[in-house]
Amino acid sequence: MGGLEEEKHARYIVSVEKKKDDFEALLIEHLRMNGAYWGLTTLDLLNKIGAIDVDEVVSWVMECQDKDCGGFAGNLGHDPHLLYTLSAVQVLAIVDRIDVLDIGKVSDYVAGLQNDDGSFSGDMWGETDTRFSYCAICCLSLLGRLSKINVEKAVNYIVSCKNLDGGFGSAPGGESHAGQIFCCVGALAITGSLHHVDRDLLGWWLCERQCKDGGLNGRPEKLADVCYSWWVLSSLIMIDRVHWIDKEKLTRFILNCQDKDNGGISDRPDNAVDVFHTYFGVAGLSLMEYPGLKSIDPAYALPVDVLLSSHVPSSYH
Amino acid sequence: MHGRPRKDPRPKDAAAKAAHLHDLQAQLLQNHRNRTYTKEALASCSKLLEINPEVYTPWNYRKLALQHNLDGVTDPDAVKSAIEDELRVVEIALRTNPKSYAAWYHRKWVLGRRLMPVEFEREFRLLDLLLKADQRNFHGWNYRRFVAKLKNVPDEEELKFTKKMIDTNFSNYSAWHNRSALLSHLLKKKSQGFDSKKNTLTEEYELVHDALFTDQSDQSGWFYHLWLLDQTVCLDDPQLISSWPTHKSDLILSKSNKIDGYQLFPSSNSSSFSLLHTGTFPIILYFNKAVKNIDSSTVSVSSLFVTNEDLNWRPLSTNNSGEACCWVTFLTVPEENCSSSTSYPVEVCLDRYKDIVSSNVSDCKNPSKFTFTVTFRSHSLEQTSKESVEENVVWNYVDICNPQESPCLMSFDQLSINGDHAGEGFKWNLQILSNEIELFREFNDEDSKFVKLTLARLLVAHDLMVPNGSHNHIKSHSGEVLTLYDDLMKLDPSHKRYYEDEQSMVLMDQLTSDKDSLIKHCWQFDEPTSSSFHRQYCLRLNDLSLTRIGSVKNILWVQMLDLSHNKLHSVEGLEALQLLACLNLSNNQISSFTALEPLKLLSSLRVLDVSFNMIGAHTIDTTRYLCSSPLSHTLDAKQLNVGYEKETTEVCDRWEVTLLFRALRLTQLDIKGNAVLNEKFSVLATELLPSLKWLDGKRVR
Repeated sequence: MGGLEEEKHARYIVSVEKKKDDFEALLIEHLRMNGAYWGLTTLDLLNKIGAIDVDEVVSWVMECQDKDCGGFAGNLGHDPHLLYTLSAVQVLAIVDRIDVLDIGKVSDYVAGLQNDDGSFSGDMWGETDTRFSYCAICCLSLLGRLSKINVEKAVNYIVSCKNLDGGFGSAPGGESHAGQIFCCVGALAITGSLHHVDRDLLGWWLCERQCKDGGLNGRPEKLADVCYSWWVLSSLIMIDRVHWIDKEKLTRFILNCQDKDNGGISDRPDNAVDVFHTYFGVAGLSLMEYPGLKSIDPAYALPVDVLLSSHVPSSYH
Repeated sequence: MHGRPRKDPRPKDAAAKAAHLHDLQAQLLQNHRNRTYTKEALASCSKLLEINPEVYTPWNYRKLALQHNLDGVTDPDAVKSAIEDELRVVEIALRTNPKSYAAWYHRKWVLGRRLMPVEFEREFRLLDLLLKADQRNFHGWNYRRFVAKLKNVPDEEELKFTKKMIDTNFSNYSAWHNRSALLSHLLKKKSQGFDSKKNTLTEEYELVHDALFTDQSDQSGWFYHLWLLDQTVCLDDPQLISSWPTHKSDLILSKSNKIDGYQLFPSSNSSSFSLLHTGTFPIILYFNKAVKNIDSSTVSVSSLFVTNEDLNWRPLSTNNSGEACCWVTFLTVPEENCSSSTSYPVEVCLDRYKDIVSSNVSDCKNPSKFTFTVTFRSHSLEQTSKESVEENVVWNYVDICNPQESPCLMSFDQLSINGDHAGEGFKWNLQILSNEIELFREFNDEDSKFVKLTLARLLVAHDLMVPNGSHNHIKSHSGEVLTLYDDLMKLDPSHKRYYEDEQSMVLMDQLTSDKDSLIKHCWQFDEPTSSSFHRQYCLRLNDLSLTRIGSVKNILWVQMLDLSHNKLHSVEGLEALQLLACLNLSNNQISSFTALEPLKLLSSLRVLDVSFNMIGAHTIDTTRYLCSSPLSHTLDAKQLNVGYEKETTEVCDRWEVTLLFRALRLTQLDIKGNAVLNEKFSVLATELLPSLKWLDGKRVR
């Protein structure tokens, strides 16, 4: 079966950037900011970020910022949204250029989206979802401005989305879903609130996501998909239950989803690759300590060295 | 992009399709920028959303357009037609992508504005169609909850809907989930028809049995069954289940002149226990679940030598929640009392027990109290105390044997409230459990992992409701459970370590909850050496393949604990052992300093052996977010900066090791055989542990 095709994946990611005009690329044109985050993080984990023109990245990111409200759009001409504001901040953190931001303005935008019940809207139109709670909390933490929101209310809202199977949904009453669980557990981790999680109950639900083929699914009785390698693994690590799954089988599943000819990783073996799954595959392998990869932090979804340089006094790294 | 084959042949018109999409997107962004909200512009936007429903900006644009076009419009038909247009665009978009977040939200937004009465018939029809196409579409289920709330549909009605979906297909986790959420509301409210938890649960067990035995490998019903089990056994209100000192125990305290020494004496009489630590001893309360509000107003300690108000109760937990299963306070005996040899009674009483609440806001329902006596002995201990703290403790057992008498300090039957666990109120719960156990035993010959796992859980739950002490005639099932987990490891090797962890908890319980079994693991030095540590009972739970700690409530009295040669990767739970002075964790699988965080709470710990573990061997730290750290905002990064010398900063896991060692008052540390070690480590350890005398068997001070 062979190992991870580091070189090919790095080449694939750089090449995707250049294919802007085919149909598939156009469908996701509006979330290019997420794409930039997935691509750059993957390159960094593969130790191949040197090929990137940092100034070009930074100036494009800053062009996506809404000059009035301070939030970031998914691409030029689109509207600002929390999903892309977090990605923008993460991208700037990876290239170590947070200093270009007007931190007060960006953090005001994020903090301004908190609702009375502690939840967060994704943008001015008011859709609420625990995904946005994560985006806001992670983003403000990276900016060192968590104090701008009511953290206690934010945590209580997330806890109100906890289900009887130990997992979390998008809103109170919503069904548990591994992606949503990552968001809620991640937000609780960043705010030092993991005591709200029933770690044994959730841990069992999460470890039962491992299917016969070794891959992980996102909900019971669903097919395995490489992206859940990230959502499930990171959640299991944060609650110290990652040993409950079979890492060898999962590693094999991810490696089997590689396009060995042209690079990139797909959702399942022999499917079409994309940047999203390439990132989640590589990040999943990093969480399983695959040799040669940088370590990624399970809560902030950033390479550990990037995170430490922003959160821990310099004498420690 | 999901489920698209890698070798998908490009359709011939791919280029034309792409160009069309490109034009529509460009047009949309232009109209958005120019605030053009004409019919043509909206039609072009609709075409775009039909192809690409997930792109969010066009939906925002439509909201602006609707607001703009309806501004000042009073004609109800015009309003209706505009709303109709929006609802139709959503329906078309959902046909392309029924999981489009943006499309679903647009519909909620439009209806939520209440510009016209909601046609609920239509919404439920749409939902029926979508949930027929995909029974698990969680957007659909979310939307159903939204519409039901908008229409004020009673929970009872929605519950019937979940039943209908389950009857169509047992394998519908979404329906089971919604059922569990609705039922727990109804049970909590005690709505009509749901006022008897017993009846409701009995019916639900019947429903889920049908699902379970139709397809034993389908997960949906099993998770629901686990929830029912939890509902059956859960005691909502917190209870005090263990304490130290135990009820009716006699404590003998002896005073010596050593400042920080620990002198311990085997007592002359088998019902007493003695210790001394500068005239201070702990009172430990252990509850069945994490509680808050333990302080001198909710718990009173009455004795001649302390003022209750001076007592400071502390939760034993590694987080900042202010909640814990285990709470401690320290009593300091005034100098003048130490010389007398009178016995002083001490009474600990949960006075305002209703103010003691758990995280689900249930309060204690029962008053609890316990009493013990303290006797002071003034005899001199000089001959043993002289060198005691100076000596390196060696964990060899050449000179030790099982004690003649039991250490007599175990906490069996110590609390008068214990017997109520199995009282009248729990009869039906136990009956349900027994029925389930019987049922699953019948099916256990088939090799279904869920049958075995559920049976194991049922048996554990049963044993938990019937504590050994109160109902001796009912035998513990731990032997059967251990065998079930052995089977499971073979049957489902991918989850082996989950079963090991579960098995470990059962094994710990088996070893510690029965006096006869515990005594086999208690050792005492035959011929005491000069070290004071060797004069106490040592609990040896070594070489048992334990992977995690359980049942600490049974061993609160332990001062010397040997857990070496197990497979421990976590020491959670040990924080309750407030008397622990010597701990041997060598030859386990502890992989980081953060995993040792619970030890920070052990103020009596002096001797620690963590040699031959895996500290520093992993790049991913699985306990980083469970301990205080700047990453989780539970520690101010500035606090870390209080320094040590530059040349010692070459050790990995630096901040974690700094935080851990600063909190410990060790005199002896064994840490060899870990990946973290390098030549600078010993300098760092000595620096961070000012009281350290011995490091890896070598004298450092």
